[in-house]
Amino acid sequence: MTSPRSYLRLAGIAAVAVILGVIAYLPRKTDHSSLKDESKRQVAPDFALKDAHGNVVHLADYRGKVVLLDFWATWCGPCGEEIPWLTDFQRKYKDRGFEVLGISMDDDGWKEINPFVALKKINYRIVLGDDKTGDLYGGIEALPTTFVIDRNGRVASHFVGLAARKDFQNAIETLLETRAGPADLSARSDYSRRAD
Amino acid sequence: MPGLLILVPAATILVAQTSPTLTVAPVPTVKVRKGSVAAVTLRAVLPPGFHANSNKPSDEYLIPLTLKWTGGPLTVESVEYPKGSLEKYPFSPKPLSVVTGEFSISTKFKVPANAPNGAAAQNGTLRYQACNDHMCFAPKSVPISVTLEIE
Repeated sequence: MTSPRSYLRLAGIAAVAVILGVIAYLPRKTDHSSLKDESKRQVAPDFALKDAHGNVVHLADYRGKVVLLDFWATWCGPCGEEIPWLTDFQRKYKDRGFEVLGISMDDDGWKEINPFVALKKINYRIVLGDDKTGDLYGGIEALPTTFVIDRNGRVASHFVGLAARKDFQNAIETLLETRAGPADLSARSDYSRRAD
Repeated sequence: MPGLLILVPAATILVAQTSPTLTVAPVPTVKVRKGSVAAVTLRAVLPPGFHANSNKPSDEYLIPLTLKWTGGPLTVESVEYPKGSLEKYPFSPKPLSVVTGEFSISTKFKVPANAPNGAAAQNGTLRYQACNDHMCFAPKSVPISVTLEIE
């Protein structure tokens, strides 16, 4: 027979679990990942997407650079909050081998994106993505979702939701200090199944 | 049992990053008379912690809450959306006009004088785009079907 003390203990544990759950559920929660250890980084899946001029952009073209890959949309408020930061980073770090690449998930395409890019004075390249592109990266359900990719084309950091500017900046600056190593194709595993 | 301490928060983090579903309560059969004006009210609910833009968002790039009636014997006269409440979020310098929790959308229909007697369906789509404090989710559409009894 279970004693009243055991019931109390169970109730206490359950209450703590519920409280922690509620805290976790609060929508302020954002997945802020710090830089992954190099040995645990996976190759960022390549893609071929068009920019506003119809040029095909491959992520692989950026190998050797640190890339901030930003999944965003014009209708996404938190994405808009990050855009001035990304514009600053593009200006500040471009000469050190850094690029921001925005993947717009707007269903209406360039007719929505182009005026927005002009309005926000976006100075980095934007390509048009879709659900297939998102699936390559484990399925992009929430925007913004941002991947910081090292000079070897591997995902070093992953942010879901509005991040802190300093978290981006720390990741970029740390990765810019690191030289590109020899390509290790053994790491080209299926990121879409293992993205965390 | 201690595993619960880890599992519950972990599961809820995943939920918080998952697109919320707006639920629309089923509408009981609406009896309408030919030649009259009939009102249909939809009651919708968004999960706690999420908001959707109102029908008149604060920014032209935000996607409004929109109800479109796409098929059925009735003619739409007007759609009355919930008045958005102005809420402040960490990602926006200005308050946004949003709907949260439970809200209603009412439609006034004209019932044509020559509408056929009997049962019919009025179909539509409710489109919304939801966010929480830190992230947004792709626009979604909820199919709506209202059963009518025309007499």
